[in-house]
Amino acid sequence: MHASAPGRGNPRELPLADRGPSDRASSWLVIEGVRKHYGAVQALNGVALAVRSGELLTILGPSGSGKTTLLKVIAGFEMPEAGNVLLGGEDITTMPPARRNIGMVFQNYALFPHMTARENIAFPLEMRGKARTEIERDVVRALDLVALGGLGDRFPRQLSGGQQQRVALARAIVFSPQLLLLDEPFGALDRKLREAMQLEVRRLQQRLGLTTIFITHDQEEALVISDRVAVMRGGAIEQAGRPPEIYERPANSFVAEFVGESNLLLGSVATRRDGYVEIAIGDGTEILAAGDEPAGTRVAVLVRPERLRASDAAEGTANLFRGRVLESVYVGNSHKHRIRLDGGRELLLRTPVLAGQRAPAVGESIAVRFAPEDAHLFRQE
Amino acid sequence: MAAVQEIGRPGSRRGARVERRRQALIASLSVPALVLLLVLFAFPVLRLMELSLDAGSLQWYQKALSENLYLQVFWATFRIAAIVTLASFLLSYPVAYLLATTSDAWASLGFVFIVLPLWTSILVRTYAWMVLLGRNGVLNRILIDLGVMDQPIAFLYNEVGVVIGMVHVLMPYMVLPIYSAMKRVDPTLIQAAEGLGAPGWRIFQRIFLPLTAQGIYAGCVLVFILSLGFFITPALLGGGRVVMIAVLIEQQVRETLNWEFAGALATVLLAATLVIYSLTRGLMRQSVEESA
Repeated sequence: MHASAPGRGNPRELPLADRGPSDRASSWLVIEGVRKHYGAVQALNGVALAVRSGELLTILGPSGSGKTTLLKVIAGFEMPEAGNVLLGGEDITTMPPARRNIGMVFQNYALFPHMTARENIAFPLEMRGKARTEIERDVVRALDLVALGGLGDRFPRQLSGGQQQRVALARAIVFSPQLLLLDEPFGALDRKLREAMQLEVRRLQQRLGLTTIFITHDQEEALVISDRVAVMRGGAIEQAGRPPEIYERPANSFVAEFVGESNLLLGSVATRRDGYVEIAIGDGTEILAAGDEPAGTRVAVLVRPERLRASDAAEGTANLFRGRVLESVYVGNSHKHRIRLDGGRELLLRTPVLAGQRAPAVGESIAVRFAPEDAHLFRQE
Repeated sequence: MAAVQEIGRPGSRRGARVERRRQALIASLSVPALVLLLVLFAFPVLRLMELSLDAGSLQWYQKALSENLYLQVFWATFRIAAIVTLASFLLSYPVAYLLATTSDAWASLGFVFIVLPLWTSILVRTYAWMVLLGRNGVLNRILIDLGVMDQPIAFLYNEVGVVIGMVHVLMPYMVLPIYSAMKRVDPTLIQAAEGLGAPGWRIFQRIFLPLTAQGIYAGCVLVFILSLGFFITPALLGGGRVVMIAVLIEQQVRETLNWEFAGALATVLLAATLVIYSLTRGLMRQSVEESA
């Protein structure tokens, strides 16, 4: 399966940010070459991104990667120095926020504290000069949509964090916006509630067919909620793709290490044969992996900790490593181990919790292996 | 470990004792101020009230509340206080807004100008206004030289002069509470309103104004109540022709030595102030809760 993936191992050929004219036509939101700096900091460094109609795209990145700035440019709160933002075929780069028809949920919800939930939700409709009866009807519908039916007359301070979140969401979608922006909306919620809200927002978004951009620094959240994920660093998009692509076939070591846990082994291709390559990773060890990079190419090999198996040597010697368990943690659904290999290298291993299977203990010697198809290769620059 | 937990828990007996002791300590710190207020404020006020009752008779209150002359003074006092409050508000709101939205450096410079008058004697400031507003004062000269007027305007010794002088003295008390209310408005609320399609004036009317209403109210109450008891400015800029209640009380004490009547006037003023304060507070609470 890996061998047949298009352009494997070369990030430039991966189905990236859908550049090109045909994609632009089918895209609802198009961002082209957007730049923005604050003082000496280049917050956005030529961002290009296309979002399809009805899609939920997550912008994932560490703090300072420029994701919030990008959101502000889309919403109109910041003006880019270069580049364009197109929404529904119209250039909105310089359009004031009030005319953009974009719904946004702020990190702190930004509910108007002197208005009830109902009045908060009615606000965008009133600003659009809708008739009283129409407003009444739409507000009731929006309250039902976010399951807040009976709480319309409460003030924000009388609502829990999760309920405030729902009001903010209802207020952002009640006027049928052309685009919905969510700026780390679940950051303040506890884990259980956060997970429930993720699924709820996802259901609502799909039901309404709302084109949505979701900002987060939580990679797990990004994988759960999105149609596609765009990983940002240093004001640029490193990779955009469906969650499995991002997790299993990251374009570079930044994406590999930011999304999930990883073992990265650096080396260069020694031999290539029948869709497999042998990679020398120093200390005399060679790895066999699926790939077709020419000999001499400097590559990184990614093996996710759950793709490693604790194994005895009887199955052969390819991709077999021996070492000692350095650290072992029980995390409920699995065990996490840190292993020091005989050559001094360290690997992360995840083992499932199964009846009758004993987890390796600290200090024990251990052998781990992985299948060539479970390794992912990418070029190192 | 267990002891620490017990102290931290308010329900436990030891925790309650520690908490009580802490509160008693804090309360004891306010004793000097309390004593000072009692001796210098509460006692004289009560003494004046006692005098005003004049051995159980209400004749001085009758006089204050029935004779047309005195009712007119009360009316003038409240009217001037209301005008001063309104004028201060209209002038202060934009100033506060400027201070709240400009850079910190400009804001601190602005504050120097706001607070500077408070460090200057009220007497000096009032005389300065007399120089500016007099018949041959700076303002009239400029107006005549520019050809705007051919006769000097009477600014002094009437309500106009009194209001100008009082607004000048009282503006800082309006600017400061409004400024602090504006600073508390979360800027993302303004962005949110903008993003939801509100034009600038609607954001002001529906979001910014209601959210700063508490500050406006505090400033207005402060200025209004200070205005009611104002003495030096109306006495000097009013030149005896604008009689506010404090001026009248001073006359009773100093010129006619009628302490009883002065006490009655002061008590009526105090009562009226308290009634107005409690009424507006009730209204304010309601409007904050209902406003949208």
